[in-house]
Amino acid sequence: MDDALVIGGERLTSRLIMGTGGASSLATLEESLVASGTEVTTVAIRRYAAAGGNSVFAMLERLGVRALPNTAGCFTARDAVLTAQLAREALETDWIKLEVVADEDTLLPDPVELLTAADQLVADGFSVFAYTNDDPILARRLQDVGVAAVMPAGAPIGTGLGILNPHHIAMIAAAAEVPVVLDAGVGTASDAALAMELGCDAVLLASAVTRAHDAPLMARAMRAAVQAGRDAYRAGRIPRRSLARASSPDEGRIDAGPALAD
Amino acid sequence: MTSSPEITVVLDGETTRLAQGITLRETVARHIGRELGPDGTPADGGRLGVAVAVDGAVVPRREWHAHVIAAGSTIDVVTATQGG
Repeated sequence: MDDALVIGGERLTSRLIMGTGGASSLATLEESLVASGTEVTTVAIRRYAAAGGNSVFAMLERLGVRALPNTAGCFTARDAVLTAQLAREALETDWIKLEVVADEDTLLPDPVELLTAADQLVADGFSVFAYTNDDPILARRLQDVGVAAVMPAGAPIGTGLGILNPHHIAMIAAAAEVPVVLDAGVGTASDAALAMELGCDAVLLASAVTRAHDAPLMARAMRAAVQAGRDAYRAGRIPRRSLARASSPDEGRIDAGPALAD
Repeated sequence: MTSSPEITVVLDGETTRLAQGITLRETVARHIGRELGPDGTPADGGRLGVAVAVDGAVVPRREWHAHVIAAGSTIDVVTATQGG
């Protein structure tokens, strides 16, 4: 059954977006990206010398994986807009993962700067994938300015704490008219499955795979978890009950008399 | 013999001396080690994968050949690297 994700005008078969951050080597990263089945991956924009040339760009070209550049490291709308413009010029894409964070310790989005930057970038023709807090109202405001996707954090970047406010994530997913991508906080496969069960359209993760003991194996686990969570969401979970409800029939039970303890 | 006049710029965070009159296209080509055509695309036929800001503003690659670098410019050449 066709269950493609349409995001930023593109049809994607995979609902797992694996980022490239935190990998120990390019070879392990490549193996992990392939195992994850991702069709899109995030990259940061940095000075050529510091980036060690354009080996990441060349690898993505070879793998046929689409690059979603980010504005990681930006603390102001002004920095984020310049980074996005450089990314568009360098990678020939109008897709941008917009990150405008408030401080180094939390790396949580600064809502005011984020909304300002989103507004400017949408007006400048970008498809904005907005990394945001697990705040349903901010998600709505981002949608109102025209972002292509809303990407709430499950937990702060790199913490692996999972989804700290599942209720808010479900509210964001239920209300959104654009795709919702759970971004940041995933620690293991069950977190990714939960995100999909809560109604998210996709999961974006990096550290959970790239910093795992066996990164390609974790990439495979995430791929399966996202698919399982998506299937479970579409299948519809049973209601929660306070008392047990037998699944075996009552009729035709044998009766061997009173309990032995009586 | 007198050496040709030079200018000082900041290229990717490093103070660098360049020949006076050099264009942005020549500077980028030298910096990334690839030959660039007049429109800024690589002569090897591959995709470029880099962008340039001069003094905090993006300069599109088609304008690099006409952009003569001014003394004291800050030039950033960026590309994709690993990142979440």
